[in-house]
Amino acid sequence: MDIPDTSSNPASDSSTENNAPGVLLAAKSINKDFAEKKILENISLTIEEGQIVTLIGPNGAGKTTLVRIALGLLQPDSGSIYHRPALRIGYMPQRVHVEPTLPLTVNRFLQLANRQDKALLSTTLDDLKISHLEGQQLTAISGGELQRVLLARALLRKPELLILDEPAQGVDLAGQAELYQLISEISDRHRCGVLMISHDLHLVMSSTDEVICLNHHICCHGKPEHVTNDPAYLNLFGANASQNLAVYTHHHDHDHGIGGSVKKHHHD
Amino acid sequence: MIDSMVFFLTTDFVLYALAAGVSLALVAGPLGSFIVWRRMSYFGDTLAHSALLGIALGLVTDSNPQLSIIVSCLLFAFLLTLLDRRPSISTDTLLGILAHSSLALGVVVLALADSVRVDLEAYLFGALLTIGNADLIWVLVVVSLVGIVLSVFWNDFVLITVHAEIAEIEGKNVNRLNLILVLLIALTIAVSMKIVGVLLITSLLIIPPAAARSMATTPEQMAVRASIIGCISVVLGLVSAFYFDVPVGPSIVVVATLIFLLFYFYPNVLKARS
Repeated sequence: MDIPDTSSNPASDSSTENNAPGVLLAAKSINKDFAEKKILENISLTIEEGQIVTLIGPNGAGKTTLVRIALGLLQPDSGSIYHRPALRIGYMPQRVHVEPTLPLTVNRFLQLANRQDKALLSTTLDDLKISHLEGQQLTAISGGELQRVLLARALLRKPELLILDEPAQGVDLAGQAELYQLISEISDRHRCGVLMISHDLHLVMSSTDEVICLNHHICCHGKPEHVTNDPAYLNLFGANASQNLAVYTHHHDHDHGIGGSVKKHHHD
Repeated sequence: MIDSMVFFLTTDFVLYALAAGVSLALVAGPLGSFIVWRRMSYFGDTLAHSALLGIALGLVTDSNPQLSIIVSCLLFAFLLTLLDRRPSISTDTLLGILAHSSLALGVVVLALADSVRVDLEAYLFGALLTIGNADLIWVLVVVSLVGIVLSVFWNDFVLITVHAEIAEIEGKNVNRLNLILVLLIALTIAVSMKIVGVLLITSLLIIPPAAARSMATTPEQMAVRASIIGCISVVLGLVSAFYFDVPVGPSIVVVATLIFLLFYFYPNVLKARS
């Protein structure tokens, strides 16, 4: 990462202007308003080969808007987006809604991504442990299985950059950790960059290189262990932790230490 | 009885009717599947109703009726797509206004133009048995064109139906693909007017796919089975129209509906036998 960790305003970095060959995507000074409300303010970030960048932030912080701008689905009001020429992006959307009138097996859905490479299809299914789902209807599988199918679809594009919008949505806690581990392995193996949105820093900590804490502007960013101690992060998540946690009814009230000991959260 | 049936089925006008109806049913299967998947049946209805206005304007301006239907359907399809991108009122309200105002306007124009005498019923409910050589050629040309475009863009059409955003990210021009699909529907509706008529066209497009849904596991299966059900409906519809001496268009739709009901209530009726 070429953004200095100490800078609270990475937009001042000029690296996006002459991008190194390893840079897959660079956003520079992105601003976006919706209905006169500032959604994104002066956002800059770069993603390099093999690098995992995680966006965290409360609901409505502009995470999905930023990802949509990075994908080119949405135009920023000002600022620029650089994609390395001929960049292949594998995108995993937050959700897929398939009309009940449309019959679609997992296999047929995946073939929409890549019809030719049958070998890649079977190895990807094996890697993600979803071979048994091939013949099932997309509407009939569980939330966690669907997330894996969507990830498989993104991988079938042989991406250089994976963009994942809340990949762990609808997956139970144990499954979430496993999924993030898997994403980290994929990034290592294929040297692809990853930009993902997550709600929970603790779960992604071990599998991310860079964390960007977003609340309309970049509050803080850097290595995960750096961000967890940043006053801006604590302000956003620490002090209001009980309010944030209340949104997630599945969220446990404790963490497990390295040795399995239970550490209670302290709510005030 | 059998003799007269064989005679009936081999007369020129019945052969024309069969050829036109069956070839239309072949493309109506896949095309109608998209209408069902994308919840566009009301859109199809609106296009069909607007076709009557096209006929009326064509007669008043003394231009080729088939051509004026096609042009007006394509224009309306284009207009509807544009309006749909600026949603100031909800789409179904907009479609409702356009469908019935164009139908009403069409009838009014036809009544005002007293220089021409028109069999309104033929346009509303179809007149398959009056199909001539030129009509059949129109149907065959349009059906082949629609069939070719559908097969070329099939995968893209399915992808934009499942997830338009993914398609866009992967470099597909989603707006253009949507427009092509809409124009194919408009063309098909324009040539099927003579077969089932303005009021029944959409049913020929959506009932066979709806009937095929319960026995399909992939989009392709549903499309092909819808084509087969459509063809069976056309043939049985023609035969029963002769047998019971009823209008052909409605008879085809009734047969299709009976097939739909059969598979709706007994989805396994074919599996049980095999």
